[in-house]
Amino acid sequence: MPALADALLTSATAGPLVHQSLIDFNIAGLGRNFWGLTVEGLTYGAIYALVAVGYTLVYGVLRLINFAHSEVFMLGMFGQYATLMLLGFSPSGNAYDKGILLTVLYLGIAMLGGMAVAGGAAVGLERVAYRPLRRRNAPSLVFLITAIGMSFVLQEFVHFVLPRLTGGTLGGVNAQQPIRLVQPEVQFSIFGAPVTNVTLVIIGSALVLAVAVDLFVNRSPFGRGIRAVAQDPVTATLMGVSRERVIMLTFLIGGILAGAAALLYTLRVPNGIIYSGGFVLGIKAFSAAVLGGIGNLRGALLGGLLLGVMENYGQVVFGTEWRDVVAFVLLIVVLMFRPTGILGESLGRARA
Amino acid sequence: MSTTTPATPPSLPPAGRTATKDRPHGGVGDRFRLWWDALARPTQWLVGVPFLLFMAAVPLLNIPVLTTQGTDFGGVMAQFGMIALIAIGLNVVVGQAGLLDLGYVGFYAIGAYTVAILTSPDSPWNQTGDGMWLSREWAWLAALPVAVAITAISGLILGSPTLRLRGDYLAIVTLGFGEIVRLLADNLDELTGGGQGLRGVAYPRAGVTEDLPSGVFSAGNASGAVNSGVWWYWVSLVFIVVTLLFVGNLERSRVGRAWVAIREDEDAAEIMGVPTFRFKLWAFIIGASIGGAAGALYAGQVQFVIPTNFNIINSVLFLCAVVLGGQGNKLGVILGAFIVVYVPNFFLGRQTLFGIPIDGDEIASYKYLFFGIALVVLMIFRPQGIIPARQKLLTYGRELYVAARRSAARAAGRAPGRTEAAATTSGKESS
Amino acid sequence: MYRTARRASGGAALLLAATLVLAACGPQSQGGDDSTEESTSEGESESGDLMIVPSVQIDIDGAEVPAAEAGEPVDPAGDGSAECAEGTAIAVAGAFTGPNAALGLNIQYGAQLAVDAFNEANAGCQVELKPFDTEGDPQKATQVAPQIVSDDAVIGLLGPAFSGETAATGDVFNQAGLLSLTASATNPDLTGNGWTNFFRGLANDAVQGPSVAKYMTETLGYTSVCVVADNSDYGIGLAEQITSGLGDAANADCAPEVKTGDKDFSAAVQIISGSEADAVFYSGYYAEAAPFVQGLRDGGVDLPFVSADGVNDPQFVSQAGSSSQGAILSCPCGPAPEDFAATYEDANGQAPGVYSTEGYDLATIMLTGIASGVSDRAGLIDYVKDYSGEGLARQYEWDDTGELTSALIWIYEVE
Repeated sequence: MPALADALLTSATAGPLVHQSLIDFNIAGLGRNFWGLTVEGLTYGAIYALVAVGYTLVYGVLRLINFAHSEVFMLGMFGQYATLMLLGFSPSGNAYDKGILLTVLYLGIAMLGGMAVAGGAAVGLERVAYRPLRRRNAPSLVFLITAIGMSFVLQEFVHFVLPRLTGGTLGGVNAQQPIRLVQPEVQFSIFGAPVTNVTLVIIGSALVLAVAVDLFVNRSPFGRGIRAVAQDPVTATLMGVSRERVIMLTFLIGGILAGAAALLYTLRVPNGIIYSGGFVLGIKAFSAAVLGGIGNLRGALLGGLLLGVMENYGQVVFGTEWRDVVAFVLLIVVLMFRPTGILGESLGRARA
Repeated sequence: MSTTTPATPPSLPPAGRTATKDRPHGGVGDRFRLWWDALARPTQWLVGVPFLLFMAAVPLLNIPVLTTQGTDFGGVMAQFGMIALIAIGLNVVVGQAGLLDLGYVGFYAIGAYTVAILTSPDSPWNQTGDGMWLSREWAWLAALPVAVAITAISGLILGSPTLRLRGDYLAIVTLGFGEIVRLLADNLDELTGGGQGLRGVAYPRAGVTEDLPSGVFSAGNASGAVNSGVWWYWVSLVFIVVTLLFVGNLERSRVGRAWVAIREDEDAAEIMGVPTFRFKLWAFIIGASIGGAAGALYAGQVQFVIPTNFNIINSVLFLCAVVLGGQGNKLGVILGAFIVVYVPNFFLGRQTLFGIPIDGDEIASYKYLFFGIALVVLMIFRPQGIIPARQKLLTYGRELYVAARRSAARAAGRAPGRTEAAATTSGKESS
Repeated sequence: MYRTARRASGGAALLLAATLVLAACGPQSQGGDDSTEESTSEGESESGDLMIVPSVQIDIDGAEVPAAEAGEPVDPAGDGSAECAEGTAIAVAGAFTGPNAALGLNIQYGAQLAVDAFNEANAGCQVELKPFDTEGDPQKATQVAPQIVSDDAVIGLLGPAFSGETAATGDVFNQAGLLSLTASATNPDLTGNGWTNFFRGLANDAVQGPSVAKYMTETLGYTSVCVVADNSDYGIGLAEQITSGLGDAANADCAPEVKTGDKDFSAAVQIISGSEADAVFYSGYYAEAAPFVQGLRDGGVDLPFVSADGVNDPQFVSQAGSSSQGAILSCPCGPAPEDFAATYEDANGQAPGVYSTEGYDLATIMLTGIASGVSDRAGLIDYVKDYSGEGLARQYEWDDTGELTSALIWIYEVE
């Protein structure tokens, strides 16, 4: 971690000499808004962390970068949106006001809808695309190319096919008109940083889900199966663990968390429901997984939070247009200097 | 780590291994390949040159079904030429050295932007115009080697730290690189014009006549059969032939053998004394400079560069061309490039196909869906592509094939015929 | 496995049941005011009664100009006696598919209305409107342009729609001597290429920028404005014009850049809320402007929101909801007259958008040319060069470079 911060700092100090006119640096802006940016960053970080869990679990078990996981997240967004529509909500520029209790109930149902769609998509993806490849013992790059292909198929499905199936209500070229259940309102301040109800909901739910998945993987019998396969698939199979079942379960957990993250993300970014809306976020979540140590569950959570915060600082220091560059450079720097990430890559040994 | 997937080699499929197992040298492709390999060099040229001339003449012949309706056929062929060049370059990296590069569009962008920055009047570093060292007429040609050199250097810069990574990590890092190049082009407004792009990129002024005051390569040469698209297509054909000769010779040299060794098993290659890192870097640099040349062609033809043309989707499209055609097979990837470019344009604006009414525009808009499906289906059922590469002895392969065929023919009691004659010439030639 | 499966299916059944029960409750009403059940794409029904309403017309110094007593706009139908060769066509080029399709379609639909009116009135002259889709992509446009040029029936072109593709293909049309009459490409540089065939049917950014900037400082009295630009050709160009027009009033500390396709503007909002600005100008399209203004209001920033023609679309109001209230939107385009709006909506099922009137007016000019006996490309260029007449949106008359001689800007407000 210090190495990382150093790397960022050196690039920040060396930068102005090189690109005096091309990139502006606004360290003062960072100082002025430090806590506000931190709170914002943690909000995004929580979402990245939940998506990153999907990458890290699958990598831990299969040694596969599930490139199409970003599309699972994207389908999750559509899933929760469709659920809200089924509940009778219609798209609108203004937020609904249902009172706390009902709002939480509706959001909970929408989250379940998102989880169901995303979890189903993840398992289906595994069935349709990866299982045949495993049967054929394909090399890992073939898996990766397939994943890229599936990512395109899912995106284009939502882009062109879904609007035909739903009569234009879902999918298509443009973002969905938002359905907003929560109007962000400042609840209290930490060090002068306003904390809204949306921020509270996002960070709170992400924490609950993170603890739940951590307990599941580390304490439950299913979790033990996952860890066993991650550590040594042959021995695990010999010991009576069904590898196929563990793989399915892994994809399912990843998908469910992506679905939950999808709902939280749309709370924060109501206009983000679009066919291409998962792609960059997916790469960032993957970066988060690598940052924390891919294959390491807690690493993914930590990496997500860190990436969210870094990215938010970065876009104030370098300018908002450099936001994605910050994330990509961070990914490359981590892979260069510490490819095992902060906590080291191991799902099996994370907690023996 | 290695225990996870025991039977999984760390690299791309040994292109062709499965096929050899399933169907030992029996398909049409193989028969063609054997026939071709048995031909003497001069005979190969005798067959190849007319074929090339035919390919060059395709946009002029106006073949009924082949010619596109919704877009200009010359323009489509020009785009095909560029993508084919890119596919050849990417094939060096992916197909021959087995390094999955998802950021190849970055090199394409660097090539295009180098030409644009040097020759566009919008750019602060414009070298054309009064008192500058580039004349407007020849600026494109002069900027071309610069573009190739700069992309080669960028390949070196990207490659030297990242090529220590393996397999899928490398893929993700190159993906990040491709995005960073695009975002740099978008964000460094003063230099690249940002989202406004750079206009008025130079192009070769040749064939200036009364009717065409800016020459045949100008976008203004739009009417008639031989429009600027056709001229650019011919230029890219020249590039393709030169690149094919260059890459083909490399393939048969020590470099090519090292690449195959790295692709098949990097550790084994390292142990056998192949300096893997250096050869991987070479593959990267050569691939990058070919991509840069294609970018320079693009900048010259469109005369306008803008960051949105260099997004990740294009990277995947290029990869699709390589995978579709057959990784490691130079002619295969050209076919792949043709499919990727031509098929969507074939449907565009077409209302009927063989008498059946279709909505061509609609079909064309689904192209990424179909390419995605094609990638998945190919990876599952035919990872080696449409025209797979064959493993063969690289240096003396031809002589051996000929000898084997001759003895097989003798054993079958057939008259040796033409094949033998050709074989003897070939033998003499190489001895 | 059994246990999980049963548990999972139980959960799914529960979810389904809950969904059904709640769905049976019917459409959810919204924060007090009654909203309609159907999801409509029109703004007014969802966002209360918010609409984009024309307020004043301004000149390049930002001063208000009383709307001229417009003469009767030229009717495309003419006197019904036009005669022309069979198969005469005019082309319309722009983005009809892809993410920017709305703008291209607005122009095409507007032009189609004019052509339909013409064809109905003139039995002796049936003109076809041929659409050519460029997707707004310059490379695609370079493939489409030769198709247009080599189509001998086409004697005039309405388009290309965007500045980028116009720059990429301008030479093609110029050398072919084909009239290129754009309804929406506003980059000021386009008329500096020496093209003799290119005419712009609206004010360019070099007019709109300074006019709106002066209007903000002089009339509205802002002293410190945050100029937020997206990364599109249009957004950057306009932002440059606005910033230079604002002069000292442009707040250099608060000029975040965003990207087309962004949906999340938290950092930009943070920067603005930390600044001392008294207004925000957004230079870009409605797809980003709607979530941006929403982010501003959610973030507690109540500064006046000003933007230009890219945002001036009913979609902006319907997506941003009450956050769009009070937004000031400029446009070189004139408001659509009511009867035109009604006809347009009947024909296309949607209200006229930005540039619909330009599409109609410019098509009308070409049609009157055809009616006056022009039958070839050169003749149509000459006709437009000398044209002077009233349209729905404004008076059309061009100078030597192909710019309108008098270009005024309209200011609209969301209320």
